[in-house]
Amino acid sequence: MLDTRFWILDSGYSILDNEINNGRSKLLHVGLTHFLIVSAILFSLGIYGIVTRKNAVMVLMGIELVLNSANINFIAFSKYGNFGLSGQVIALFVIILAAAEAAIALAIVLNIYKTFSNVNVDEIDHLKE
Amino acid sequence: MNFYDIIFYIFAAITLLSALFVVTTRNIVHSAFYLMFTFFGVAGIYVLLGADFIAISQILIYVGGILILLLFGVMLTNKITNVEIRTGTVHMLPAAIASGIFMGAVVAVMVWTEWKSEPSEIPLTTTKDIGRLLLTDYVLIFELLGILLLVALIGAASIARRDKE
Repeated sequence: MLDTRFWILDSGYSILDNEINNGRSKLLHVGLTHFLIVSAILFSLGIYGIVTRKNAVMVLMGIELVLNSANINFIAFSKYGNFGLSGQVIALFVIILAAAEAAIALAIVLNIYKTFSNVNVDEIDHLKE
Repeated sequence: MNFYDIIFYIFAAITLLSALFVVTTRNIVHSAFYLMFTFFGVAGIYVLLGADFIAISQILIYVGGILILLLFGVMLTNKITNVEIRTGTVHMLPAAIASGIFMGAVVAVMVWTEWKSEPSEIPLTTTKDIGRLLLTDYVLIFELLGILLLVALIGAASIARRDKE
């Protein structure tokens, strides 16, 4: 009944390798830190996209990058932090919330385009008269 | 440097390079397609972390849903009089410096922290266990997300409809 099905290519077995190697290949061997670094770089690229872009749809693309980076963090800690599958369930919730938010945001952007005839976020600066 | 590491570096390179092109290309449609490559790269990283169900959900929902929605948004909110759609950027250099400093700070924190990490036993196929968790531990969030999706559906449809004139 208790069959522990392990992920075959689990890099966790390499912790033993690291001790044998004197940590020589510690930087190259993929661990938790590598996933966190990927997530951090993706997050800052998303922030750069949100800040520099003028088109509202491009700002939404930056927001999607930020959400994906948070998801990578959740799933990485779910594997490396002994959390079972909780991190993956939370990541599923984040994906669902991102979908709902993208739908509503694009509906609002369409309305803005109907009113202002362009979607530059710099020029949408007065309320409805 | 085994096969796992090589695959991880390939997918990380796909993800980060595509994300870089998403935020620096001036053509909006190119940006949307680079975003698609980013989503595929992220799905590959999920598979490397043992999250197979989440990876497939990512491809289905993000590439098959949200990206199509973004492309619709691009096409419906730009006057397509010329062949390409260009977009402008503002404040590139201060934003690059600020986000570079932020990225350096976060990466430094990630590298220098002593994470208490032990690889946990994730089953080979996660679908059954995620399903069980959704209906036992996380049932409240599950039901609330159903209501939220209903509200989002009705809200988006009613915001974006054409007024009868």
